Amino acid sequence: MTAYVSVEGIARRYPGMTVFRDLWLEVRRGEFVCLVGHSGCGKTTVLNILAGLDAPDDGAVIVDGQEIAGPSLERAVIFQSHALLPWLSAEGNVAFALGCRHPAWSRVQRREAAREALARVGLAEAAQRRPAQLSGGMKQRVGIARALAIAPKMLLMDEPFSALDALTRGALQDEVARLVAEADQTAFMITHDVDEAILLADRILLMSNGPEARIAEVVVNTLPRPRTRANLHHLAGYHALRDHILDFLLSRSRVRPERWDPRAIPSWRPTTTLPPTP
Amino acid sequence: MRHDPAWRAALLSLLLLAVLLGGWEIAARRGGGAGAAVDPDYAALVGAAAAQGGQTPFPKPSDIAARLWGLLRDPFYVRGPNDQGIGIQVAYSLLRVGTGFLLAAVVAIPLGFLIGMSPLLGAALNPFIQVLRPVSPLAWMPLALYTIKDSAVSSIFVIFICSVWPMLLNTAFGVASVRREWLNVARTLEAGRLSTALRVILPAAAPTILTGARISIGIAWLVIVAAEMLVGGTGIGYWVWNQWNNLSLADIVIAILLIGAVGLLLDRALGALARAVAWQE
Repeated sequence: MTAYVSVEGIARRYPGMTVFRDLWLEVRRGEFVCLVGHSGCGKTTVLNILAGLDAPDDGAVIVDGQEIAGPSLERAVIFQSHALLPWLSAEGNVAFALGCRHPAWSRVQRREAAREALARVGLAEAAQRRPAQLSGGMKQRVGIARALAIAPKMLLMDEPFSALDALTRGALQDEVARLVAEADQTAFMITHDVDEAILLADRILLMSNGPEARIAEVVVNTLPRPRTRANLHHLAGYHALRDHILDFLLSRSRVRPERWDPRAIPSWRPTTTLPPTP
Repeated sequence: MRHDPAWRAALLSLLLLAVLLGGWEIAARRGGGAGAAVDPDYAALVGAAAAQGGQTPFPKPSDIAARLWGLLRDPFYVRGPNDQGIGIQVAYSLLRVGTGFLLAAVVAIPLGFLIGMSPLLGAALNPFIQVLRPVSPLAWMPLALYTIKDSAVSSIFVIFICSVWPMLLNTAFGVASVRREWLNVARTLEAGRLSTALRVILPAAAPTILTGARISIGIAWLVIVAAEMLVGGTGIGYWVWNQWNNLSLADIVIAILLIGAVGLLLDRALGALARAVAWQE
């Protein structure tokens, strides 16, 4: 498989401190990659560099064979704080994105497409409401609809559900799992939530603590799809996977291995013999 | 107390007004007696009114009401350049304020945009703004009269110069404090510079810009009275000064009320505009 996104030796430095350096990672087409790590290791910076909102101090990001120079409609961002424009209705927010994607579209075309995108996230009824009149979960749904409406080649998510309550978060995680699977969407997501990573990701990148943070391990998620929050913890291998990631976050994230090659990161996969499917 | 309906406050306002007007009426009636004896030489010098020992009495509310009725019955008459209806005078003032204010908006809003978007330009222009802003707009009047050589245009220039600062500073502030994440949304959507300015920055900053506009129009309406007193010819400010020369105090009281009412309406209009573009997070 060819890598759609290839991050090649990027670094972020501040005077007297290196947040991370020599960071390499790849995201393949149709793959869902999660980046997990503690606060302050530069996760958000990595995502902003991928989005093109931020530039690395060193290294480069290659997307589809080209080095990126800035943000692109092909890499849609779902922001942690939803970042809806408060003077526009839910429909207006999605239509604004559609207008940027398809400048030739008429107002009616944009509106129809915006309604459709909102219907896909279950917000057909709330299309005319302003963000202030929507709950936190609904706002984030609009953010998801806005990102998906422009049919990007890649979805970038920066802890999109961390500001939501547990029930809403769960519902939205299932929703994103479904939408991403439907569209065979390439996605890169930052999260603190181990279960979220296991539910959504094909590969989970574990980042050690900063400064000089590294991607210390790659966990390959072998749990079968479709996964939902209801069946996730019954899947064979789930507990081994979860324990492994938690152990990393609680203890190994602080350890710095002696021999370590940033371009050949050790990978780990749960060693369970899957029960034969009847 | 929180559940007091609005009409109770209105009733109290009316009561206060009645007490005020009643007290004024009584005080004016009692104080209107004959004055002290006057030196005959002085009387010969200043004329009959003074000779009778009469001092122009402070007008009673009833006099003012009668005079107001007289003025409002025909507000738009024109009987020569020095005798025009009060409606005409207010219209002249509004025209000057409107023209100066709109010119100021045309200059201040784009310039404020540039200052807000470019910290360099903002820092470079800041000393000029800080020095010029506290200057009374009337101080510009002689320079305006000298360079423009037209008193009507000069008063518009004075309105322009006093309206420009609040709009300029508020626009710059509103534009500079647009949320980073909204700009990031525009960037990730590859919205062009113009599209970002018009569809993201302008609506985000609109409430702040209109707050500036509201302050501007308030100041402009304050300044126009003084400017017209200086420049003369037409306008409510000129009319006030003319009535003072005529010693027509009732007209001055009416002018004060009228200036207040028009100022209130201007403020309300801008307030309604601000509400129309307001957004809530």
